Amino acid sequence: MATSTTTLQQSLTIQLRVIGALLMREVLTRYGRDNIGFLWLFVEPMLFTMGVTTLWIATRGMHMSSLPIIPFAVTGYSSVLMWRNAAGRCSKAIVPNLSLLYHRNVTVLDLFLARLILEIAGATTALVTLSLILVATDWMEPPVDMLTMAGGWLLLAWFAAGLGLIVGALTELSDAFERIWHILTYLAFPVSGAFFMVEWLPQDAQEMALWVPMINGVEMMREGYYGDAVKAHYSIPYLVLVNFAMLLIGLMLVHKSKNLVGSE
Amino acid sequence: MIQLVNIGKAYHTRQGAREVLQDINLSIEPGQKVGILGRNGSGKSTLIRIIGGVEFPTTGNVSRNMSVSWPLAFAGGFQGSLTGLDNLRFICRVYGADINRAIPFVEEFTELGVYFREPVKAYSAGMRARLAFALSMAIEFDCYLIDEVMAVGDTRFHDKCTHELYEKRKDRSIILVSHMPTQIRAHCNVFYVLHAGRIERFDDVDEAYNYYSEQG
Repeated sequence: MATSTTTLQQSLTIQLRVIGALLMREVLTRYGRDNIGFLWLFVEPMLFTMGVTTLWIATRGMHMSSLPIIPFAVTGYSSVLMWRNAAGRCSKAIVPNLSLLYHRNVTVLDLFLARLILEIAGATTALVTLSLILVATDWMEPPVDMLTMAGGWLLLAWFAAGLGLIVGALTELSDAFERIWHILTYLAFPVSGAFFMVEWLPQDAQEMALWVPMINGVEMMREGYYGDAVKAHYSIPYLVLVNFAMLLIGLMLVHKSKNLVGSE
Repeated sequence: MIQLVNIGKAYHTRQGAREVLQDINLSIEPGQKVGILGRNGSGKSTLIRIIGGVEFPTTGNVSRNMSVSWPLAFAGGFQGSLTGLDNLRFICRVYGADINRAIPFVEEFTELGVYFREPVKAYSAGMRARLAFALSMAIEFDCYLIDEVMAVGDTRFHDKCTHELYEKRKDRSIILVSHMPTQIRAHCNVFYVLHAGRIERFDDVDEAYNYYSEQG
């Protein structure tokens, strides 16, 4: 509703500058300058994945396949962490940053984007570092098809971004949603594809499972990792379509929530 | 120039929509010093936030053809866990200003000493006000929006603010909102009174003040 004489390129430069500033600020407020500081960004999810992987190895009996268990846990758990943390960080993200909206160039969308970039970068660094360590120490074979694996990860990251925007905006618009969201993450956890492959499910459950967007991404990653050793089920067009729709809905909701933000 | 055309703002409350601003028309020329008098709750902070682009009007249109500061209020804009220096760095990044030029100025102006590198949550109200004011002076704007910030702090702080704002930057525009006429009388040349969401312009400060007083 405000008009001013700024070109698109100027706006882009400003937005990038703002997101950069928010990133630095977020890292500082969250991790401080003590001990390993911002390294926690990926050390934390890495330790998480390592812990869970160890648990899985210890309870090997529950694993229903002959596939090497470490990469199974790493691919599965890393992806869950990514979308869960991305959405979790966006939940109620506006209130603690309300005073920043005093600066006209800082928008609600920037707040979410900074957090999403940080979360996705952290999860990605964690996955890459952990894989490198495990491969270097012979705990894990290198992936068969890196590109497919990266493709699956990228699609999951896109999903995480859309989900983050939706959750971030909805928690701002409704307090009830925030509570429900906690329950939903818990329930989504077992059906997110981290613990099984679609192939292992009965026929009719397989079809249902493929409606879950995250499962498609994890299957793709695992096809990339294991190659022909697994029969993966997924649809890239479906996941892309869902991601597009979620991003669009997310942006619309963020736009709606920005008008409700009364500063301080 | 900044122009506000037919600005209206309504908030949703449990009793339904409440109109805070109605039909506000206002323009600010380069170099003009605009004083807006209004009682608590008259909508002056809302108005200055709309001018600053922090809030969006329900109806009407704002156009800005000069750079406008953020609304400089006394507590706003800090993250308590960050130091004064961190907050300055953030502002410089957001506005693309040179941090190395800003640091000495802010250190000197705020007289925070070692506290400049301590978390803002350890600051007193006066220290916060000094930091808030110095941060906005560290960035050059064509127009500064000031929401009562100078009401806090001692005489010395007051004199420094006056020097920075009204002497060193006398070519800039300033919009000052206050419930007290002293500042406005001393520094402004265009006067408005905001009452019950409507604005009235006066060319003379005494006329403005009389009108303001009558509104009880």
